[in-house]
Amino acid sequence: MTGAQLTQLLQSAVFFGTVIMYGAIGEILTEKSGNLNLGVPGIMYLGGIAGLAASFFYEINTENPSAIVCLLLSFIAAFLASALGGLIYSFLTITLRANQNVTGLTLTIFGGGIANFFGGSLNTMAGGVGQISVATTSAAYRANIPALAGMGTVGTLLFSYGFMVYLAIILAVALHFFLTRTRKGLNLRAVGENPATADAAGINVTRNKYLATCVGAGISGLGGLYYTMDYIKGTWANDGTIEALGWLAVALVIFATWKTVNAIWGSYLFGLLFWMYLYIPGLTRSSQELFKMLPYLVTIAVLIFISLRKKRENQPPASLGLAYFREER
Amino acid sequence: MEQTIAIQLKNITKRFGKVVANDSISLEIRRGEILSLLGENGSGKTTLMNMLAGIYFPDEGEILVNGSPVTIASPKDAFACGIGMIHQHFKLVDVFTAAENIVLGLEDEGKLDLKAASAKIVDICQKYGFSIDPSKKVYDMSVSEKQTVEIVKVLYRGADILILDEPTAVLTPQETDRLFDVMRNMKADGKALVIITHKLHEVMDVSDRVAVLRKGQYIGDVATKDTSPQKLTDMMVGHAVTLNIDRPEPKDPTPRLTVENLTVYDAMGVKRLDDVSFTAMGGEILGIAGIAGSGQKELLEAIAGLQPLRPGASIHYRPKETLEGDAGIELVGKTPLQIKQAGVSLAFVPEDRLGMGLVGSLGMTGNMLLRSYRNGFGVFTDRKAPKKLAEDVMGRLEVVTPSVNFPVRRLSGGNVQKVLVGREIAQQPSVLMTAYAVRGLDINTSYTIYNLLTEQKMQGVAVIYVGEDLDVLLELCDRILVLCGGQVSGIVDARTTTKEEVGLLMTRFKKEAAEG
Repeated sequence: MTGAQLTQLLQSAVFFGTVIMYGAIGEILTEKSGNLNLGVPGIMYLGGIAGLAASFFYEINTENPSAIVCLLLSFIAAFLASALGGLIYSFLTITLRANQNVTGLTLTIFGGGIANFFGGSLNTMAGGVGQISVATTSAAYRANIPALAGMGTVGTLLFSYGFMVYLAIILAVALHFFLTRTRKGLNLRAVGENPATADAAGINVTRNKYLATCVGAGISGLGGLYYTMDYIKGTWANDGTIEALGWLAVALVIFATWKTVNAIWGSYLFGLLFWMYLYIPGLTRSSQELFKMLPYLVTIAVLIFISLRKKRENQPPASLGLAYFREER
Repeated sequence: MEQTIAIQLKNITKRFGKVVANDSISLEIRRGEILSLLGENGSGKTTLMNMLAGIYFPDEGEILVNGSPVTIASPKDAFACGIGMIHQHFKLVDVFTAAENIVLGLEDEGKLDLKAASAKIVDICQKYGFSIDPSKKVYDMSVSEKQTVEIVKVLYRGADILILDEPTAVLTPQETDRLFDVMRNMKADGKALVIITHKLHEVMDVSDRVAVLRKGQYIGDVATKDTSPQKLTDMMVGHAVTLNIDRPEPKDPTPRLTVENLTVYDAMGVKRLDDVSFTAMGGEILGIAGIAGSGQKELLEAIAGLQPLRPGASIHYRPKETLEGDAGIELVGKTPLQIKQAGVSLAFVPEDRLGMGLVGSLGMTGNMLLRSYRNGFGVFTDRKAPKKLAEDVMGRLEVVTPSVNFPVRRLSGGNVQKVLVGREIAQQPSVLMTAYAVRGLDINTSYTIYNLLTEQKMQGVAVIYVGEDLDVLLELCDRILVLCGGQVSGIVDARTTTKEEVGLLMTRFKKEAAEG
């Protein structure tokens, strides 16, 4: 492998990793409240399509679309649509105490269906070759600082990305700080570990669960937004890639042992493992699919490893997946 | 020291459905004093204190804190009044440190400063004489350390009225002594303390005043120095009530189950049964009395083959028609299935009816099937026999249910128990074990159950009846085995013993036994 190829591989790993990092850190926040939301792929779909639709309608109806408005509109639309997905999940599982796994899987199917339906419609509405393109917005998402990005290999590796790559890292660090160093974070973790104890200590369990799940879903949805705007450059494809990435994000939560800072390097590692097949000579179409399994195999290995070590800090929140009902004793 | 009144309860009444848990109770809690709240199980001690802790809300009556009426609707309100309760089941987050658990839920301004919190915790510990490491994780702690965290948690929140719900139930004698020292230190500091307990020697040891509850009624309070365990027992159990349960003389009882040297440790490593030996006779009802948690559950489960036993134990079974000298069958080391296959018909009506006894979402037929699913042709189960049995039980025991397929979870407690007892009796058992068979049942259903048990006894079955109501035990059983702290403190003849004697055996502790 040449140096240029290596740089290229690392760069694609970062692109790839950023999508699932959003998905994973949002889901970690959700799971810390004791909610196992398997709707991450659906929520990423919702974020992707909402962001795309918002900027599409703005760009199509405006003479000279402003990059900053494009950016804000799509970002807010994506976050809100995904948080709404989280709200549906919260209402069903927290208020109505529906089964979390079933609700999450349903949300995945719902999000995928709705996004692909509207994605197809947008492609038709765009006319022409039948492919939607939001050039201004996508350019805004991919903008970097040329002076920094131009600094040879270092520039390419560190500074050639759009702002969302850096935002993901900042969010991961900020969430880690929130969960481990603040009072609110401590309370939230207590809710996920032992809601009855949290309740007795005067913490509002329901509010914590709702907030964590909705904000977590909003963050997860940004992964979908990054995918449509940056990864596939402001277009839409009905090929199910977002769903595949969504499941990888769920796997990454386990790989990161529910710590958002671990999700940073974990996501890039997943990206590296995913794209490696391109740089291994002599692979056929079928044998490269074997390589694409690597992230999942690594996750299984990690699961086995942490289960064997039995270190309590690496285990999922103790009441993950369980509904809380005060009167039940 | 001047004793001021911290809390006054006036005519507090609390009902759960039709059951009156607390009936117009008036009580004073004073500063600089340790008050023991004494009573049998179900006498309403914990319910009463839960109303001070904000867990329950009284239906009637008034609570005065420092002389002014207050409304305590949540644990937060209780803290605001300076009331802190240490519950029997600890409310701690396992993966958090002691300090994190203690500051949990506090709404102080600013960022989480665990260092300052730790310093304050160490201060509190030094003041009263405990020791805990604020940075130790709860999952690494012993039961007594966890309890210390709970106590520090309420002190940290500024509580000056502390309620401890059976704090010694989980402690070793040494740990208990240390806890009592801490309690005396807190008393000297002017705090008001309430200890809920049913252990008389602890009452005598630590408290200044004793308040006694019996079946939801307030019996009265006495200064500890003016009373004796004998007097307190009388207050606790009261006078015998006649129930008129039909009790025929047993017909030639024969030893059916000989239990020797049974010792059981639970998953936490706490000794639950200590060298228990007795014989259950076919044709009689052996009652088992004891304060809750004295090892009743473990005893029945050990016989049923559900508890790992310490070496040296023996449970010897003799079938109905055996000649003298017959070897019989040893049950220790056999699984429930092996016991069944050895031809021993054990019927077990467990305490947890819908957890261990029945499957709530299945109907009567499905629940009957649980005992017979191995019968049938090849991989197919026989569904006809259980359906017939279900219909039979429904008719004979007058189970009120829309159909035999109606989920048993949605039946009333009495009907659930009838389904369970009906199924177990249909096994034609030679040993029938029941745990709290009439708990939560109305009078009529209770008598139905008593009659069923007596019927079984007359058919030569060895019936073991674990009960909590002494009046019932005295009138239903032929002999009563009394458990105290996992040991057999006595086996008495139910026809000649008195309520007081059984009550004393239930609360007799080792020291006294050794001296007497």
